[in-house]
Amino acid sequence: MSWTSPPRETKRRLDYELISELVPHYSRILDLGCGDGQLLADLMNNKNCEVRGIEIDQAHVRNCIQRGLPVYHGDMLEGMQHYRDGSFDLVILSQTLQQASDPVRVIHAMLRVGQRAIISFPNFGWWHTRLQLLLTGRMPRHRLLPYEWYNTPNVHLCTVRDFRALCRQEGLEVLHEIFVAPPARRVGPFLANWRAGLAIFELRNRS
Amino acid sequence: MATDETFEIAQASKLGGAHSVGLVETQSWTFEDPPLVLDCGQVLTPVTQAYETYGELSPERDNAILVFHALSGDAHVAGYHRPEERRPGWWDTMVGPGKAFDTDKYFVICANVIGGCRGSTGPSSINPATGRPYGPDFPILTLSDMVRAQERLITHLGIEKLLAVTGGSMGGMMALDWTVRFPDRVHAVVAIATTARITAQSIAFNEVGRQAIMSDPHWNQGNYYDGPSPESGLAVARMIGHITYLSDEQMHRKFGRRLQDRDTLCYDFGTEFQVESYLRYQGNSFVRRFDANSYLYITKAIDYFDLANGHRSLIESLERAKSEFLVISFTSDWLFPAEQAKELVRALQANGLLTTFLEIMSNYGHDAFLLPNDELSTAVSGFLTHAQRRLRQHDNHETRARQNLVRESLRQHGASEQGGPR
Repeated sequence: MSWTSPPRETKRRLDYELISELVPHYSRILDLGCGDGQLLADLMNNKNCEVRGIEIDQAHVRNCIQRGLPVYHGDMLEGMQHYRDGSFDLVILSQTLQQASDPVRVIHAMLRVGQRAIISFPNFGWWHTRLQLLLTGRMPRHRLLPYEWYNTPNVHLCTVRDFRALCRQEGLEVLHEIFVAPPARRVGPFLANWRAGLAIFELRNRS
Repeated sequence: MATDETFEIAQASKLGGAHSVGLVETQSWTFEDPPLVLDCGQVLTPVTQAYETYGELSPERDNAILVFHALSGDAHVAGYHRPEERRPGWWDTMVGPGKAFDTDKYFVICANVIGGCRGSTGPSSINPATGRPYGPDFPILTLSDMVRAQERLITHLGIEKLLAVTGGSMGGMMALDWTVRFPDRVHAVVAIATTARITAQSIAFNEVGRQAIMSDPHWNQGNYYDGPSPESGLAVARMIGHITYLSDEQMHRKFGRRLQDRDTLCYDFGTEFQVESYLRYQGNSFVRRFDANSYLYITKAIDYFDLANGHRSLIESLERAKSEFLVISFTSDWLFPAEQAKELVRALQANGLLTTFLEIMSNYGHDAFLLPNDELSTAVSGFLTHAQRRLRQHDNHETRARQNLVRESLRQHGASEQGGPR
């Protein structure tokens, strides 16, 4: 899956500072699809977090090892399997949910091993995306969705409203919502489904 | 163990800036007191172990790495015994100045296992009770016995805590055994192409190898040191072993259906195919350097290996471990496939241990760990650099206390909320 690597690097930087803000010092963190480990290394060095990563790409795993990060090379569901319930304060999934074959299962697994989950995804309801489809009649393609329809790993794209509906349906409490208009401007919740290119949700199970 | 190809690739590849440790000498150390009590209940004394060391032990004594060899290996990991030697030690690709186990930074030790035939006490050694070779009177060993013998050697060398233990295949199993047996005496583990328990399939292959030896008339119930050795039996055992070290794809690429020294099929039982010739060569060259009884004893010790033995689960068996781990497997290794390594890794994670797992793409099968591989070298050297940094930080008590606290919470959280992992 090395073809997914270069876009992820650039996409990553857009949300990882915002995700960092949600992470308290000394947290126990699991990052799913942790890429080259930039976020984890940052959290480990600057926030004294106890970090773990899961990553499927061999080249990324190599980079994580060079950064001294403990990382599991493999599938994320498989990699979470043996962690005990509530092992982590936060489980992070940055712009990878839409690539999971079973996103709902992934979210529930995250909230089993973690107290809370931070999930970021490209918002398919962004005006830019909507307009592209409307005006060109072709599958939208831009910096947040940089693939052709035939080679995209994004098999489960959704909008902010879709995601909120899923949270209600699955009994998940939304603790934080952060919206970003590219390139890196934070926007409020007003008309977020139109204005946000990228959404970050912090969730926990409704008790 | 290393094939001819191993050697050729090793010769062809010169890692940037890396070179050989040069001339080395095998040393030897014998202990009697207290005697080594084996898992089978018997006592082995005296115990001699052949070993080699490379690099310098730091004044803080915090840079020692113990390498465990695999089934047919020996203490000679790297460098040459004589200037005219063509072949370096068995892991010369990994051990040396500027290599993954960098002897400019680390003090590397490797000892021949007891039960072996390369300088350590084994079935071909003289039994002090009779003045003759032990032969079948040599006690049955486990990998733990071999590990405990080497722990004595490490103490003798004045090392309280190893920076790392490492090994591939059987060596990896011994490294794992060390971490649960001597958790305070090692900081990190690099376990390569290995498993936490031997499966029925591996036992089956080992048993066929042993049957080949024991059905050789020269074996004579293990008493053959006065006469001819069971060479044909041992050669067959090695041939079987060798098949398990290679991948189907690699065999196909290397030999295909090509014929040896002929152009047409000749419909007899001679060596027609190249693969037959290759295996016969491997078998025949092995008998010159290996003792058939050692092969029996060591494969038996491998068969007994199950980290979870005496525990309810693999997870429970690793509760005592304190090290950080790098576990590496190879995609085409079907002897100890990635799935077995993953099982180990998940058990380590369930114990809150710092664990990294890497599955390296390779077509070379189980033997891949002995071949030059940049991915392997890079991972090991990167991991060791951080492991050493963390070991030195751990001397700072505050850091250690905090880490233990966090680790403990990782362990207990699950235990309190649910009986165990799902």
